[in-house]
Amino acid sequence: MAISITVNGRLHEVVADAETPLLYVLRNDAGCKGVRYGCGLGQCGTCTVIIDGKPVQSCDVPVSAVAGKAITTIEGIGSVDQPHPLQRAFVEEQAAQCGYCATGIIMSAKALLDVNQSPSDDELKQALSKNLCRCGTHQRIMRAIKRAAAEMRKF
Amino acid sequence: MADATAQRKLPGSLQTNRNLSQWLDINADGTVTMRPGKIEIGQGILTALRQIVAEELDVNLERVKIVTAVTALSPNEGVTSGSRSIEESGVAFRYAAAEARELLLARAGAKLGVSLEQLSVTDGVITSRSGGSVSYWEITDSELLQREATGEAAPKPYKMHKIVGTASPRVDIPRKVSGAPVYVHDMAPPGMLHARVSRPPSYSAELVSVDVDDVRGMPGVVAVVRDGRFMGVVAEREEQAIRAQRRLARNAQWREVPTLPECDPRYLLKCQAKSEVISEKNRDTPNGRELAGEYTRQFLAHASLAPSCAMAMFENGKYTVWTHSQGIYPLRAEMAPALGVPPEDIVIHHVEGAGCYGHNAADDVALEAALLARGAPGRPVRLQWMREEEFAWEPYSSAMVVKTRAMLSDDGHVTSWQMDVFSHGHSSRPGRGQGSNLLAAWYLEKPLQRAQTANPPLPGGGSHRNAIPIYEFPNQRITNHLIPDPPLRASALRGLGSQCNVFAIESFMDELALAAGVDPIEFRLRHLADPRGRAVIEKVAAIAKWKPNSKRSGDQGRGIGFARYKNGAGYMAMIADVELAGTVRVPRVWCAVDVGQAINTDGVINQIEGGIIQAVSFVLREEVKYDRERVTLRSWDDYPILSFAEVPEVLVSLINRPELPPVGAGEGTQGPVSAAVGNALFDASGVRLRDMPFTRERLVAAMTRE
Ligand code: FES
Ligand code: FES
Repeated sequence: MAISITVNGRLHEVVADAETPLLYVLRNDAGCKGVRYGCGLGQCGTCTVIIDGKPVQSCDVPVSAVAGKAITTIEGIGSVDQPHPLQRAFVEEQAAQCGYCATGIIMSAKALLDVNQSPSDDELKQALSKNLCRCGTHQRIMRAIKRAAAEMRKF
Repeated sequence: MADATAQRKLPGSLQTNRNLSQWLDINADGTVTMRPGKIEIGQGILTALRQIVAEELDVNLERVKIVTAVTALSPNEGVTSGSRSIEESGVAFRYAAAEARELLLARAGAKLGVSLEQLSVTDGVITSRSGGSVSYWEITDSELLQREATGEAAPKPYKMHKIVGTASPRVDIPRKVSGAPVYVHDMAPPGMLHARVSRPPSYSAELVSVDVDDVRGMPGVVAVVRDGRFMGVVAEREEQAIRAQRRLARNAQWREVPTLPECDPRYLLKCQAKSEVISEKNRDTPNGRELAGEYTRQFLAHASLAPSCAMAMFENGKYTVWTHSQGIYPLRAEMAPALGVPPEDIVIHHVEGAGCYGHNAADDVALEAALLARGAPGRPVRLQWMREEEFAWEPYSSAMVVKTRAMLSDDGHVTSWQMDVFSHGHSSRPGRGQGSNLLAAWYLEKPLQRAQTANPPLPGGGSHRNAIPIYEFPNQRITNHLIPDPPLRASALRGLGSQCNVFAIESFMDELALAAGVDPIEFRLRHLADPRGRAVIEKVAAIAKWKPNSKRSGDQGRGIGFARYKNGAGYMAMIADVELAGTVRVPRVWCAVDVGQAINTDGVINQIEGGIIQAVSFVLREEVKYDRERVTLRSWDDYPILSFAEVPEVLVSLINRPELPPVGAGEGTQGPVSAAVGNALFDASGVRLRDMPFTRERLVAAMTRE
């Protein structure tokens, strides 16, 4: 069936089964490869996007459920040349080893910082409770998010 | 590869890839191209290698472009593993770039009509003291590096380093955090199809029947490929491939056979082993009391965050493959017999994957993508393993049992030390054994025989890595008991056998110290002559403010662990804090590390931090579960790793020794961390856990026993 979804402000017409996980539509139809497959089971957070202001694991949502909603992916918040403060802070803190977890974590962090400009460590950890990192980059990631929060408070 | 025996010995991987042009191009457009045979796996190696090239050539970092590994073009550097990349590739680049610089200076001298002593270089511009200058870019041509390396151009003395030894930012991070398509998983050339494999329920299940035709008619399905017990689907869309795979799996009937042992590492003690004494010393008569211990760990999974993936295309009888394999040349050699073509008919490109921490399913998925690509000639086929496949089918790190026995003299010295290591081999990488190490090859209509897992030889070793203590004991006997056929697939995971061996040695050292009534740090130093080893122990004691003989209060404890990785690489000493609050928590780890010359100081620290956090996860949580038929891991619920709320704070102190050769930093943390946590747990609880992981159940059981 034909479904239209809005990704990073752009409308996409997709012909796919209604039950298709949003993740595959974002990656393969909308070209958002920064939304990553890690488990398809809602356990690892690599596929996190923001829908109507909330962090959502896109592997866990059928595409039909998000028709008409505003979806933001990592590609929608910044780029190499014009990074979002979170992306910039990740570079400044060198907060990646393999980096596979980074984009999902940045989206979870963005959803938090959008509603809470000065999160405590515990609030931050809570917001990242569905994001895994296997390389052990956690403490740099925490530092980067706090740096970005400080940066964002200036505006 | 040239026959090196009759030739002069060249540094690092230059030995086997002897032409300078294999490594570097000096381009007329003001850039330098470098072609490492080693690959990026999130360890920052490309950044470090680039620092070395820029340093030796005296050019700005930005000029140096990296071409990632591809067969036919890149030097054959075997496998990126064992923390050897800096020693092999780094040294090769250092000498190749130094020689390229000399060749350029010779040309410039001739052109400017001055002697070499007159010349200096800044960012590729060669200037003569008597005036006149010319740039690399003006005098380079394709002939320049078409020659065998001599290995005679002296690299810069370390005191002159401006780029090496600094915290150069990683080249790959900006694109990775932007969400750019950097991984092999993200490839999407026009016409690409998606594939999935349908697997048996367990290793040795026999196929009773399968209905394939029913799947052929499903929406989007382009091909159903079946070769013996290897089966897969190729479809236009990814979700269509997944749906077809599920149907295919339902359509297959299997008969399972109970082939697995009990889920306890002690099954190893009942197996037939090849036993070998790897170290023996008999300096005087042992005396004192005897103590003994037995330490174990379960199989561990690599559990990469990204299930393995590859893309392949089959066209005119030839294959092109894109893979995150750690060794593209060995992979090609191993794929050839499984595909029934000569290696020349396969071109393999390396494209990054997520962190793999050793030999995971990267190579397996590459062969499988090629097998499935046969079903849709002329179109690229992307095969993505699902999470449950990665957990159930990757090669794990072998279970281990280590037995120790020692005599302790009345004055608190170890007078004899005996250790017996029981394990399977720790490597089944492609190219390391008779037969095939690629999963699908065992399931084909004409199956290839499964290769035996083996050990890399000492001094690095595999199951016996770090089995020989670095301490000075007058009498010792270390025996490695290698059990050839693992019941589960087994291969290399970060640190190989060192995790369990160091855990055993360092736990036992604490037990002996306690018996001797001596502080654990004092007890170690008493038996350790190596000054660099002593230095990291003293350093970590200083930064953690270790107080000798102080039992921490209540439910808190503190412990130390130490090793020199592979007995010849980096020195690492760790102190861990443990808190008991229902479960075992590790709030903090301090580390002092000496890896010789640190090429990229922040890169080293990043790797060590990651290694520590991962090792805490290993020791607190991780074990591969199986029943008599199958591995039962399917999801992260079955294999929990530490979360953001649970990881320790890590404080690393780097002892940089720029005058000494650089060694890798990716491994070596696993053993010392495991021991430090075990020792801290004992300090906190009074209970000695000798079986990893230290789950809540194990702790409760041990406390009730005491
Ligand atoms: S891929 Fe969606 S949570 Fe793991
Ligand atoms: S950096 Fe590799 S998983 Fe987080």
